[in-house]
Amino acid sequence: MSATTGDTLAPLRREWIRHTPAERLTRWVMFLIVTAAVVWAVRTIDIIPEFLADAPEQMGDLLLRMWPPDITYYGTTVHGALIETLHIATLGTFFGFIMAIPLALLAARNICRFPALNALAQVGLVASRSVNSLVWALIFVAVFGPGAAAGVFAIAFRSIGFVGKLLAEALEEMNAGPREALRAAGAPWGAEMLKAVWPQIRPAFWGVALFRWDINVRESAVLGLVGAGGIGVVLEDAINFFQWDQVATILLAILAVVLIAEIVVTRVRARLL
Amino acid sequence: MSDSTLPAPAERRAPFAPDWGMRIFGVLLIAYLVYAASQLDLGLGRFVSGLGEGGRFLARMFPPNFERWELLVEGMLESIQIAVLATFAGIILSLPLGLMAARNIAPWWISGPVRALIAVCRSLHYVIVAILFVKALGFGALAGVAALIVASIGFVAKLFAEAVEEISMKQVEAVRSTGASPMAVLIYAVLPQVASRFVGFGLYQLDSNLRNSTLVGVVGAGGIGGTLFAAFKRFDYDFVSAILIAIIALILLAELVSGRIRATMR
Repeated sequence: MSATTGDTLAPLRREWIRHTPAERLTRWVMFLIVTAAVVWAVRTIDIIPEFLADAPEQMGDLLLRMWPPDITYYGTTVHGALIETLHIATLGTFFGFIMAIPLALLAARNICRFPALNALAQVGLVASRSVNSLVWALIFVAVFGPGAAAGVFAIAFRSIGFVGKLLAEALEEMNAGPREALRAAGAPWGAEMLKAVWPQIRPAFWGVALFRWDINVRESAVLGLVGAGGIGVVLEDAINFFQWDQVATILLAILAVVLIAEIVVTRVRARLL
Repeated sequence: MSDSTLPAPAERRAPFAPDWGMRIFGVLLIAYLVYAASQLDLGLGRFVSGLGEGGRFLARMFPPNFERWELLVEGMLESIQIAVLATFAGIILSLPLGLMAARNIAPWWISGPVRALIAVCRSLHYVIVAILFVKALGFGALAGVAALIVASIGFVAKLFAEAVEEISMKQVEAVRSTGASPMAVLIYAVLPQVASRFVGFGLYQLDSNLRNSTLVGVVGAGGIGGTLFAAFKRFDYDFVSAILIAIIALILLAELVSGRIRATMR
């Protein structure tokens, strides 16, 4: 390739270096940033050395108090709270979808042709996603008072952003052909949505629904810590009374429900998609 | 479900045929939702009274009160520290755990238990883990760091193990056939194939740890969450809105920065 001289072997003599200077520089800068961040955090974070020193002892003590789990407690209290948690998760997912679908339709640029409305819907979705479900729960406990209603609304409002974003992406990725065909045949807007749009996003819709329900089962288990109903309330009580054997039962129950929910969701997804 | 090929005229289905399975499922779902709503005592009356309360609540939140900004900055800095330390330690621990959990690299008697450990880490919500660590390690940032390390392992190690299981074994065989030691096989055949994805997972986890570190304080594990919860309990709703604005700003900023980094890495 050397055009100027006749030295055709020049490319072969070139020494091979793994990274270009720019790459090496960015690597070093990255390394420096990471080290600086960690050193800064370690030096200034408020960690009490005595607490760190007796941590293993305390952990052992905690585990000893937890064993054996108080299984009888399951039938009296935990079971009902667990069912309530599942109700909260399912109802929250449902209400979340009801609010997310209009926002997703508004946010999808191929459904709603007004850029201003697209942007507005995106802002709504981002706002829902950037507030954590526990914070939503705190807000709704202040609004509705303690209880499962606050939990349902917290789960629903938290789900809007996630569901709306994924549905809007699915809507934007769909094939425009069926819609154009229906519109050419003179179908009204509703028929176009029902017969051209819905069949195309149905797999994505059920996938998102299952995925979010799985997440919501996990999240609804902790909402009770701030008073929003479900198993978290029972957990909070048991912890406050230092009933560690009951805490162990509750934790095992939560673990079992979360694992079962995950298995169910994976199974249904595999059959559905 | 839908007909993709043209059927013979004799057995042609009606266009837009009703999907009875779906309808029955829909009816059952709605019946369950009504039942669940009645169990939870979710009436319309409650909703309407809640709307009034919500209006009052928003009105009291409205001029956000940034007067106690020192408290706010202190809490935010502690949250960031928790996130940085938890991500760093979590990633360091996830690297060996992820390799041990990959079924194509590790024998089954290592990968099985490690996979179970990762599954437990992932199943327990970080706030529950934080409660346990608060009891074991005392109040403060240390418990938050420990809880988020557990959460980071559950996420990064799982995805890393899946990434390792997807690698091409040809390069592993090639390096192994030169007589390389197992360590050399890992460094020269396995890690180069997954390094970039690992960095991506780490970045994502930093993002998610930042979000979660603003919350672990609710159970006493340090960071801005404690300040937020205290303000809620004292009905200082104007300070609450100030804290919420700060948290959302931090999260959006983190999302922006990590999005930029990811875009340049690609």
